[in-house]
Amino acid sequence: MLALLAAVAGLVVGTAMAFLRSAPPTIDFASRHQAGQPVDLSVQTVGSIGFGAHPSWVSYLVQAPDGKWVHSTLWDLPAHTRINVTIYQYDSGSPLRNQLLGRVTGTAGGDMTLDGKTTDLVDANSGNGVGHTFTVPTLGINVPLVGISHNAKNPCSAAPCTANYDHNTVRFSFVTPGVGQYPWQCFLPCGLGWLDGTGGPMQTIGYMDGFLKVVA
Amino acid sequence: MTIDSGRRPAAGEPVGDVGVTRPGPTRRPTSRPAWLGQHLGTAVVGAVAGYAVGHWLGNQIASAYPNTAGASGLNDTAVVLGLAFGVVGWLAGIGALNYPLAKLVGREPVTPEPQQGWMRYFKYSTDHKVVGMQYLVTVLVFFFTAGLLAMAIRTELLTPANHFFGPDIYIAVVGEHGTMMMMMASSAVVGPLGNYLVPLMIGSRRTAFPRVEAASYWFFAAGYLVILTALPLGGFPTGWTGYAPLQTQSAGGMDSYLVGFGVIGIGMILAGFNLAVTIIHFRAPGMTWNRVPVFVWSMLATAALLTLATPTLVAAGLFGVLDRTAQTAFYVTEHGGSQFLWQNLFWFFGHPEVYIMALPGFGIVAEMLPVFTRKPLFGYRVAAAGMLGVALLSFFVWQHHLFQSGINPDMRPLFMLTTELISIPTGFIFLVGLGTLYKARIRMEVPMLFALGMYFNFLIGGVTGVFLSDVPVNVTVHGSFFVMAHFHYTIMGGLIFALFGGIYYWTPKMTGRMLDQKWGKIHFWTMFVFFNLTFFPLFIVGLLGQPRRVFEYAANLQVWNDISSTGAFLLGASFLIFVGNVVWTMVINPRTAPANPWASNGLEWQTPTPVPYFNFERIPVVLNDPYHYGDPEPAPVADLGAGLAMAVAGATADPSTGLDPR
Amino acid sequence: MPDAPAPRHFRRMVAVWFVLSAVTDPLFYFLAGPHIPPGKMTSSANGAQFDFNVLFIIALPVVIAVWVYLGYAIWTWRASRGGPEPVAGPYSRGHLGLQTGWISVSTVIVLGLFVFGTYELVVPAGAGGGEGPNPIWSPASKQILPVQVIAQQWMFTYRYPTYGGFETRNLVLPADTNVAFHVTSLDVIHDFWAYQLGVKADANPGQDDVAYTSTGSQLGRFMVRCDELCGIWHGAMYNTGHIESAAAFQSWATTQEQTLAATTKLLPPFAWTYTPDANGADGGFYPDNRDPYNKVEMYGAQKVTS
Repeated sequence: MLALLAAVAGLVVGTAMAFLRSAPPTIDFASRHQAGQPVDLSVQTVGSIGFGAHPSWVSYLVQAPDGKWVHSTLWDLPAHTRINVTIYQYDSGSPLRNQLLGRVTGTAGGDMTLDGKTTDLVDANSGNGVGHTFTVPTLGINVPLVGISHNAKNPCSAAPCTANYDHNTVRFSFVTPGVGQYPWQCFLPCGLGWLDGTGGPMQTIGYMDGFLKVVA
Repeated sequence: MTIDSGRRPAAGEPVGDVGVTRPGPTRRPTSRPAWLGQHLGTAVVGAVAGYAVGHWLGNQIASAYPNTAGASGLNDTAVVLGLAFGVVGWLAGIGALNYPLAKLVGREPVTPEPQQGWMRYFKYSTDHKVVGMQYLVTVLVFFFTAGLLAMAIRTELLTPANHFFGPDIYIAVVGEHGTMMMMMASSAVVGPLGNYLVPLMIGSRRTAFPRVEAASYWFFAAGYLVILTALPLGGFPTGWTGYAPLQTQSAGGMDSYLVGFGVIGIGMILAGFNLAVTIIHFRAPGMTWNRVPVFVWSMLATAALLTLATPTLVAAGLFGVLDRTAQTAFYVTEHGGSQFLWQNLFWFFGHPEVYIMALPGFGIVAEMLPVFTRKPLFGYRVAAAGMLGVALLSFFVWQHHLFQSGINPDMRPLFMLTTELISIPTGFIFLVGLGTLYKARIRMEVPMLFALGMYFNFLIGGVTGVFLSDVPVNVTVHGSFFVMAHFHYTIMGGLIFALFGGIYYWTPKMTGRMLDQKWGKIHFWTMFVFFNLTFFPLFIVGLLGQPRRVFEYAANLQVWNDISSTGAFLLGASFLIFVGNVVWTMVINPRTAPANPWASNGLEWQTPTPVPYFNFERIPVVLNDPYHYGDPEPAPVADLGAGLAMAVAGATADPSTGLDPR
Repeated sequence: MPDAPAPRHFRRMVAVWFVLSAVTDPLFYFLAGPHIPPGKMTSSANGAQFDFNVLFIIALPVVIAVWVYLGYAIWTWRASRGGPEPVAGPYSRGHLGLQTGWISVSTVIVLGLFVFGTYELVVPAGAGGGEGPNPIWSPASKQILPVQVIAQQWMFTYRYPTYGGFETRNLVLPADTNVAFHVTSLDVIHDFWAYQLGVKADANPGQDDVAYTSTGSQLGRFMVRCDELCGIWHGAMYNTGHIESAAAFQSWATTQEQTLAATTKLLPPFAWTYTPDANGADGGFYPDNRDPYNKVEMYGAQKVTS
């Protein structure tokens, strides 16, 4: 009887803990990395992910080392290494809540290339606006991702998106610091249907925020 | 962990159960098996069915709203209606609605037989003793669930920047822990001990409104289930204070928070006015205000707060629900609301709530001290005045939670004054305790250990409260772990210590069985040491700049945080001792308790164990207060045989005699 | 009754209490007092530290008194040491003088603390706490550097209105200056806690919450943290500020004003509060059917042209 009770209690607690610890998988870019070599990181943003628990939410996706696009924002990166990031931006844009975030900071050279053109400041009030930002507050990194046109002929509606769909390509590099977990997130209020636009995907790991897990 | 007090009357003791033999209403002549009627199982079925109906209805009503139309992935209207209908289904399933509905349609309601056997603990019982036991078990389940969440929090805070939980999950765990603990603590003593003991202590056969009392419990139990649904619905990121507009922005778990507090709040209001009316109107003849046990005074003060403060919470929660579903803007500044409205309403309830949690603890220790010192209570009137004074002042201090909020600054000196004034009546409780100990014969039994532990902890909690009331110091410590340590010292160190003391003290009466005293002492000492090990470092951590509810903190604070976490795990382990003690001495190896193990004069100990259905065969006539210890020839507290004394006291027309308690 | 003359319990307790208090209070004041947070970096930090020390010095004897009494009572009168049943003497149910004394002493302490706390709140210009949009206690000097603190989920930024209104994520303050923090929020409630400065003020949407402090000669770093739960990244919402010499600050601020000129042009004109759209990007919570790119709605954003 007691053993049964203990087993049931253990099962309940175990299930609860498994539920509480549920998180997207961490994508490993560190263990097979060769010292001195930069790491190439390909990321895409999509207006609605199209699968999972919240198919209508905006989300980031990352290309795992085996080439597959994975729904995760937790990335293992090697320490003190140059990371070359390519972000394929498939989402449309809008003004920033705070226009200061139109300025590129914290990247190598303090700038980024947008579809091949180098720039360090984006006016989110003109053009297509900004779709999302890639921001690591504790490292001072901020990259605004210019949105695609609202009138785009071939927008991508479900992840993973391929190059056939309308998109902008943003490239930049940064150098990882020492070992630690650095939160990163989007600063554009893109949580559609939430007060201030900062609920839902903006407050759920795996969609619009995650960690750069820098490992030795 | 069902505790059965009814089935086995102790050998040789009269059952004296006058109610059972009365001819009941004859509409239900045959008695059915217990499991066929309405009980916990049907309540769960009703709740599930109600949730399904409400969820469907919500989707019908609100599926086109922009915040619910799939974009957010969750329809708040459906969740709120699901939970609300679930609670109605729960109440219908348990049978709480039978009587009012029958009255409504003009039929004579069926009054069920007084229930016997263990099944009555799973039924809608109007016996205040059954309700007390139901409350006790639920409070403990509530407490241990939230306690496990507390250990999850301390696990995350073992390291400054490595994460065991994701930040979204962590903040959900923090909110869930705080909310569950607050919900539990608001009824932790009033529910189990208040309902069980107050009628016995004042010589009544029942409480004033037995059906209201039963309903308060089933609301309370429903609140537990409602707040549990917050985690699967995505949690809520606001902590237990639920500040808007973050509240308006949050995921579906916020609906569980708002509905849950509403449900718990209704239960608190019902429990409060039932107790208040019982204490005022159902005292036995001779139970003058000078003879009322001090625990009953604390229950009266608490009941007044429950009745008067809680409606604010229910209203505030309703506004929050409307903001989230019907898109009103009570709390959204851009659309004409105000974030200060929630802060004011919440703390207007929230600060009396703090004393709803503190006063019962004062009452328990003041009730136990004379028994274990063999002396009368020192300053009985001071104790009663202190409790009422705290209750009154607690309505005038709420803005000290808003010192740094940007609200009207000229109110700050006033609220500093009222907050510091409240330490005067709180000091009365210390005067009473210390005075009673003077030249006493102190028996260091387990309940006494908990009472003294409460005085030790509450002193630290109270003194740090004065620090918080000083606005310049508040600038540094507001919202930091210092505050968090402060209120854990008052609520956990005060109320919970007193509650466990009360459990060790009154379980012989409530269950007829005695908890093991040796293991009780081990439980006390581990709990006392590890409680202080857990929370004292957090004062330092807060003072050194760690805000509340963070998942990352400065690296130099890791040592203190790790000490606290270690203490928390050991504190959790100390409750395993208690659980083991209960299981062993109540279920596996039950031992019949002595009739009056602590040699108390209290009226509740003059009843037979188990307490008969009607408590007293005759309404007792109270002759003295229960604190005549140390008298060479102590006068009896009450005449239980009534008869002659009744004539002496001239109390011929007692309102509670002859009333059917059902 | 015991045969030996009754020991003078009160006298013993008072003696122990007096010795302990007389030793621990100075020990605390001279050893721990100067290191009590938040330090001495600003006038408000200094005031908070002084208040804490005063309260501690009053509180310590109170706590010691209760502990000494409890310890003495448990040690002397516990039943396991034997002894007779206590007799319910006339004073066992109450003692008017003792009760009056207790209430009087606690009332005097409380009222004294209230007067002291009010003085320490009013005289140092609100003691570093947020005073809302209409502060009633402000520094006497007219020379006040205004710094706007803009909180948003989940970051603090700072605007310097006297330097062209440039906005930056670095908080730099000059030494020996009165500073007015104008704290506001673009979304939910945050709280600006500049720990070593002894400044704390809630950041409310649509409200200008003012907090004053005066920096001294001490230069160096200080920590800024969000102190009001604001969602998932509340724990990560922090940055480091600096107090620099007046000359260094002047050169930093003018340099920033020039290098950030292009960015400043994109910002809305400086204002004490901003009214961002509660809806966020691309439609939102309130079904107002309005163009989400209205000029006033997104922190002064312009309409996107395409």
